[in-house]
Amino acid sequence: MGTRMNWQRWLMVVPAVLFFVVFALFPMAIAVYYSGLQWNGIGAAKWVNLMNWQQVLHDGEALHALRLTGEVMVLSWVFQTPVSLMVGVFLAGRQKHRAVFGVFYFVPLLFSSVAIGVTWSYMLNPNFGLIDALLKSLHFGSGNQNWLGNTHIALLVVSMIIAWQFIPFHSLLYQGGAKQIPDSLYEAATIDGASVWSNFFSITLPQLKYTIITSSVLILTGSLTYFDLIYVLTGGGPGESSTVLAMDMYKQAFVNQNIGLGSVLAVILAVAGVLLSILTLRFTGFNRMESQLEGM
Amino acid sequence: MLKKQKAFISTSVTVVLAAGVLVTGCGNTSAGGSQSNSSASNASGKASITIWDIQTGQSQQVVKNMSQAFNQSHSSIQSNVQFFENDPYKQKIQISMGAHNPPDIFVGWGGGVLKSYIDAGDVYDLTSALNSDSSWSNRFLPSVMKPVTFNGKVYGIPNDNVQPVMLFYNKQLFKQYNLTPPKTWDDLLNDVKVLKSHNITPISLGGKDQWPDLMYEEYLVDRVGGPTVFNNVVTGKANAWSDPAFMKANTMIQQLVNAGAFEQGFSSVSSNQGEDAALLYTGKAAMELMGSWGFATVLSDDKSFIEQGNLGFATFPTVSGGQGDPNDIVGNPSNYYSISNDSKNKSADVTFLKDAVLSSQNVKDWISIGDVPPVQGIESQLKQATYGDYLSFTYDMVKNAPNFQASWDQALPPSEAQELLTDLSKLFLNQMTPQQFSDDMNKYIKS
Repeated sequence: MGTRMNWQRWLMVVPAVLFFVVFALFPMAIAVYYSGLQWNGIGAAKWVNLMNWQQVLHDGEALHALRLTGEVMVLSWVFQTPVSLMVGVFLAGRQKHRAVFGVFYFVPLLFSSVAIGVTWSYMLNPNFGLIDALLKSLHFGSGNQNWLGNTHIALLVVSMIIAWQFIPFHSLLYQGGAKQIPDSLYEAATIDGASVWSNFFSITLPQLKYTIITSSVLILTGSLTYFDLIYVLTGGGPGESSTVLAMDMYKQAFVNQNIGLGSVLAVILAVAGVLLSILTLRFTGFNRMESQLEGM
Repeated sequence: MLKKQKAFISTSVTVVLAAGVLVTGCGNTSAGGSQSNSSASNASGKASITIWDIQTGQSQQVVKNMSQAFNQSHSSIQSNVQFFENDPYKQKIQISMGAHNPPDIFVGWGGGVLKSYIDAGDVYDLTSALNSDSSWSNRFLPSVMKPVTFNGKVYGIPNDNVQPVMLFYNKQLFKQYNLTPPKTWDDLLNDVKVLKSHNITPISLGGKDQWPDLMYEEYLVDRVGGPTVFNNVVTGKANAWSDPAFMKANTMIQQLVNAGAFEQGFSSVSSNQGEDAALLYTGKAAMELMGSWGFATVLSDDKSFIEQGNLGFATFPTVSGGQGDPNDIVGNPSNYYSISNDSKNKSADVTFLKDAVLSSQNVKDWISIGDVPPVQGIESQLKQATYGDYLSFTYDMVKNAPNFQASWDQALPPSEAQELLTDLSKLFLNQMTPQQFSDDMNKYIKS
């Protein structure tokens, strides 16, 4: 053992570190550098110190985008967590037909975001859309609902479509988590005469604690980067009512050809993501990683 | 407002990224590296000239034919056209200009971008060449020359087709409810009222894409205040967006919205995906304000609608008491060829522009694929072509226009154009008042 082993250990880490530096740290450093430039992406760049930062922080637009991102985050968690949890626990059961259901539940995750966006925007079309026709034929409302063009509900509708796309993934996490719970716990509870509900709340839910945390961190940090679906569904509109931070970053950097301002938003996004993960992990004690199966 | 441009936004992301890497990583040396087109002549003593163009499909074939015909009739000049995709081209030409390694002749849209090259001394002044040959300078419709004319000097000539914005309407519906295409703003409001009362959507609008909103703004501002109003914005006059004409036009837009002129949910209807045109040819909506390419959209989506003679077209209504000429139009005037100052074969370049571009055969080719070239005296040719009514109408609009305003989102710097589109969509949604619109847009004027 001794030093030789250490050297080998370090060698094993090299590829991971290399990838991290090249694909994570280096681009982040570049973005920080760009955030100090006045540059259209093509011509000569001018160093302007903190001008872009001042502009972003004084401009209501970025704050508006930040608020919308927060809204998407909350809506995503509220929509996705309970449903994924229920679907996941359900699929973790033993009956055979559940595997078939599982395949159906999983399908949305297999489509690309753009395909999902285009399909849903056709279905929600206020004039020719399937959803409207369906509601009208069932005598719910008068039709011509402006799902994606109404400033008050556009973000809500987008969040629901995002949930539709990602619930399968989180269900899979919960399914895996629920399958790990030892049968002996349930057997003991059954002997004690526990009901299905108390089984769920006293055994399943506590045992899934870390799965819930993992899934929540993924949902919250993921919400920061939702872009493709929103781009296809609303393009950030109507007005600016779905221009979340990632959308704003794209618009600033590429549509307005203002790479500096876009980079400021990119840095904010990266910092927010890191902070969010750290906070969630600290807050929930996830990083202590104590065992849930002590004494078994 | 260029339809193609919007459709390729995703491509442009990649390209901007790639261009960024190119500029930062490799400097300017690799930009257009394969181009050694400014070499004066090849081995056989022929002057070789390179043209960069962006046409696709049938249009590309027209340009290829033009170049081949030219080479056959000019033994001392070899023309060579290279085609690029629309958005990548914009970056490519900009980089090659900066690197002083541009093609001899390059395609463009006139306006602000061309102006920036002219200011950098990169574009050849065609004025004297045009003046010395009146049969050449008189070939083009005057209203189309504005985007390439700066301080009375001409820096480009049109090379393809005109795309004015016009009012399309469903003839069947108009007949059914005894309506006539609106000649005045009050006619329009009245038509809206009648159609509303019969549960027909008066006007189809693809508000999701935002640029269709702009066409109303462009026309109304011109009708109310004339071309100087927007010129003041372009030239950066302080508070130019507060001109009473903007206030009036924006009030009229909201008047139209509040009268229920547009379909339910217009803010989520996409023009890029042809949803607005679908409302028109399915008879759900009676009118649509659209560039001349709207005809091609309907033709490809529902040919029978046109063949049964149901698609009508009219000019934008007049506004009583307005300062603008009612014959003024907005849209995309044309694409243009310009000669770069770095070209070593300028006389050969001029010969090419004079003899090949929009020559009589070239004009015939454009018309044969349903395009209207901005050339004088082709009335009878257009009339005889398939869909001659429509081609003649388009041509007359441009011919009779004292002013052909190029789409504002092309004329303004990108960030101002983007803010304009966003603010306009808010105006259409009643999220912004005309006053707020003017105040916000004024921030973008840099004096």
